[in-house]
Amino acid sequence: MGSYIPTTKKEQLEMLKTIGYASFDELFSHIPQDVILKETLDLPSGLSEIEVQQTIKEIANKNKVYQHIFRGAGSYNHYIPSIVKSIASKEEFLTAYTPYQAEISQGILQSIFEFQTMISELTGMDVANASVYDGASAAAEAIGMCREKRRNKAYIASTIHPDVLDTIKTYAYANGIEIIIIDEVNGKVDIETLKSSVDKETACFYLQQPNFYGILEDASQISTIIHECGAKFIIGCHPISLGSIQSPRESGADIAVGEGQPLGIPISFGGPYLGFMATTNQMVRKLPGRIVGESVDIDGKRAFVLTLQAREQHIRREKASSNICSNQAYQALIASIYMATLGARGLEKVANQCLNKAHYLQKKLEELGFRLVYDAPFFNEFVTESTIRHKELFNRLEDLSILGGLPLDEHRILWCVTEQNSKASIDLLLQAITEVSK
Amino acid sequence: MNIPKELKYTKTHEWVKEEEDMLLIGLTDYAQYELGDLVFLNLPEIGDDVESNEVFGDVESVKAVSDIMSPATGIVEDINQVLFDQPELINQDPYNAWLIKIKEVKEVNELMDAEAYIAFLASL
Amino acid sequence: MKLLFEKSVQGRGCDIFPDDCGFEQIDLGTFKRKQAPHLPEISESELSRHYSELAKRTYGVNNGFYPLGSCTMKYNPKVNEAMANLETFTQIHPLQPIESIQGCLEILSKASKYLCEITGMDAMTFQPAAGAHGEFTGLLLIKAYHDSRNDHLRNKIIIPDAAHGTNPATANMLGYQVITIPSNQNGGVDIEKLKAAVGDDTAGLMLTNPNTIGLFDENILEITEIIHQVGGLNYYDGANLNAIMGIVKPGDMGFDIIHLNLHKTFSTPHGGGGAGSGPCGCKEFLTSFLPKPIVINNDECFTLENPLQSVGKVKAFYGNFLVVVKALTYILTLGKEGVKEVSQNAVLNANYMMKQLADTYDIPYGNQTCMHEFVISLAKEKHDLGISAMDIAKSLLDHGIHPPTMYFPLIIHEALMIEPTETETKETLDEVIAIFKLVYQKIKSSPDKLHASPILTPIRRVDEVKAARQLHLRYNDWDKS
Repeated sequence: MGSYIPTTKKEQLEMLKTIGYASFDELFSHIPQDVILKETLDLPSGLSEIEVQQTIKEIANKNKVYQHIFRGAGSYNHYIPSIVKSIASKEEFLTAYTPYQAEISQGILQSIFEFQTMISELTGMDVANASVYDGASAAAEAIGMCREKRRNKAYIASTIHPDVLDTIKTYAYANGIEIIIIDEVNGKVDIETLKSSVDKETACFYLQQPNFYGILEDASQISTIIHECGAKFIIGCHPISLGSIQSPRESGADIAVGEGQPLGIPISFGGPYLGFMATTNQMVRKLPGRIVGESVDIDGKRAFVLTLQAREQHIRREKASSNICSNQAYQALIASIYMATLGARGLEKVANQCLNKAHYLQKKLEELGFRLVYDAPFFNEFVTESTIRHKELFNRLEDLSILGGLPLDEHRILWCVTEQNSKASIDLLLQAITEVSK
Repeated sequence: MNIPKELKYTKTHEWVKEEEDMLLIGLTDYAQYELGDLVFLNLPEIGDDVESNEVFGDVESVKAVSDIMSPATGIVEDINQVLFDQPELINQDPYNAWLIKIKEVKEVNELMDAEAYIAFLASL
Repeated sequence: MKLLFEKSVQGRGCDIFPDDCGFEQIDLGTFKRKQAPHLPEISESELSRHYSELAKRTYGVNNGFYPLGSCTMKYNPKVNEAMANLETFTQIHPLQPIESIQGCLEILSKASKYLCEITGMDAMTFQPAAGAHGEFTGLLLIKAYHDSRNDHLRNKIIIPDAAHGTNPATANMLGYQVITIPSNQNGGVDIEKLKAAVGDDTAGLMLTNPNTIGLFDENILEITEIIHQVGGLNYYDGANLNAIMGIVKPGDMGFDIIHLNLHKTFSTPHGGGGAGSGPCGCKEFLTSFLPKPIVINNDECFTLENPLQSVGKVKAFYGNFLVVVKALTYILTLGKEGVKEVSQNAVLNANYMMKQLADTYDIPYGNQTCMHEFVISLAKEKHDLGISAMDIAKSLLDHGIHPPTMYFPLIIHEALMIEPTETETKETLDEVIAIFKLVYQKIKSSPDKLHASPILTPIRRVDEVKAARQLHLRYNDWDKS
């Protein structure tokens, strides 16, 4: 059993005596009898390190690691360069606290400043914050940013990730923003419905680009409609796709948010992930969460510091627009290293691999009887429909350690291809499907 | 501590000036001194209602946020836009850095004159 | 120190992907990005050195003493990291078939079971990503509960004035009006004022015990009962759980909902500000409102189910799963004996420091036994000699110690909140006590040195006013480089 308490029982008794207590019981004697626990906790006995890791590994081995992953839907299997893991494992970064004491936290603060810069550049926006919990909560927070006295309606595309939609609805249940969902037509936002729905009470419109089906929406057209009624345009973007597709800024967004997991963070059964938020200079004070700014110290040396803290809960308390305290600093660090390692050229290469390989798979699947459901440009995810029975198909894939696309219903599947899927891997998938189709 | 005689004062450290049929509101020298270097402020919009004894905005320093109370009920006629970019004007020249102008004044709290405010500050 | 962008040279880069992927290039047409982003152009070797330099300017609990009150900066065990890095966890897609994720679901189920035992709750969700997120979830449960009973009058949340800023901020996020209750002269909740503030419009109370001054409120059962009597619910802020594990259960103190900070009490690393994990636990009658999905244990066969009246989701998927792995590894290491020892020694270490600093510093509640943390006040020194808590804190930096939490809780002026945690040795505590006393002497002997500190750190005090007035939140000088 370990408790990481370095002092021995003998030392502990001595310390107790030094401050006037004969025992631990005496130290806690001021706790009322009617609440103090009389029995020991019903937990197993503690384990030594070798035993604990055997126990955990046994549980972990009940999971299945797929060798070939063709599933996305909000969690993407991208290649993580070795240098990312190496740098991220530095103990200083892992065990540091929030950089409230700027003098000894310049390392963390500078890395956040670099992160903010890179996210701003990636999205084309003016400024970014130091990160939030994940893409879904970032979307919900962005909607909160757009609320005004006379604008309390948030319009949401139905073509977004269902978990993001659920999160937006939950936050709206909390704060009373009215949520209106704009329906889809052929896998994209119904522009006509959008046009006729928005009015001067519209706070914002939230679009996912590419959307949940992988389709590229007509963001620029939507931007015009939204801005005409004086509302704000929020785009939930996919950071890898920004290596080659139009940035949120180019599409007319006022706020860009997204899930940063693809930037060097493993799929990890859904977390910890990384939410990023970027916006225009006009809206910077509405950004929730931590922000790092550059200044100087009293000797005139460059110095980074947490700034605009008067927006935050620890100062504003019940007047704060968000209660967010922690960010995902460590994940933001990983993302920074990833973006710095790849650079713009590397990111474009990854984006193109995803784009090209996905289209290759889509064409081949078409030949095998998997019809493309929506005839629209897509990035690296797409939906197919076929008469092949899913049970048979997925059983065969299971044998080959292939995680196929996500079944959306009995006949439709949402496929995803990344740079991690080699040609051999894609061909293996195609061969398996060919066998099942026979 | 600068306390101009011609102005009126509130217990929450705002100064009040009557100008024609409007009221100008600002922060006293004592307020700006206690708050420290101001970095931002939030004000209502022109046309908004303000109510006496209700918060109408706030000022931010690096480490704190402070509410600003309205001493009167009325409608916001004008706000001092220049302060958004230069909040330090409130520190430098508090009695010229008016925050809002209130028109159609219905209710005004009991205000202190300069002497009473000096005595009030001494009692703190 | 230069930024990555200032070290960039056009044409440099790392070699991670081949130029040609061997597939037909798809034309994106109008969707193609027009302006490429400015990202660093830097070699792998320079990148490596850049972050080594940044690491040198970073101070973690792995470097030294970190007595941040309310943060529980205890040692981060390395075996936790090893377990969280297993490929059998990191390479699991959240939407895999249920048969292939039994290990992940077992982790969540076991963590829930043990944490419920420690806290006296009946069910738990790991979806909230941090403490504040857990608070948000907890208040959602309160709102959903009252809504389900058509009890729409309840629009007030009661919070003591000593509470952490996230408490009122969270209440505000749900549109509740915050009623602040002052503390009595013992630092506890003023019972009479509490009785006067409650009524039919009370949705609930948010409280932590021990409170943010580090004291155990002995009236806790009376306090929670007052809220229950008027039909409100009691929410426990678990930030201070390190003081009471195995000694008291929040569930036994009258609390209906709790949140925990795995990155505080359960040893998962802070990572420079996150990711943490803020699970939210509740009593049986609130289980049907929990965020969806929750893990159900059918005889060691695990499934995911949506609670019938679920408030929805507070983030995508299931929560910060790898953080839960670390916390569970820690709980299994501790076991029933270790859990109690942790709290016993956290309280011992805090009292050990407090009692020995009491002859030097002003400790407002120093005549009482503190729990896992205590607060010293520099109010008198500020008033008489112009030396502030900030000056003391910055001076500690020159002695290689991370300062305690400054200016919190708000009810004590010029506060420094100290929480040593249980993973510090007696020698470290003795050394730190000596340094605190040394710094105090400087108040009389060399106050100018205190005002000027820190001197030995990579940078000195920052012009925060300039940072807030002249917003410079990103690098922008691409043309120059």
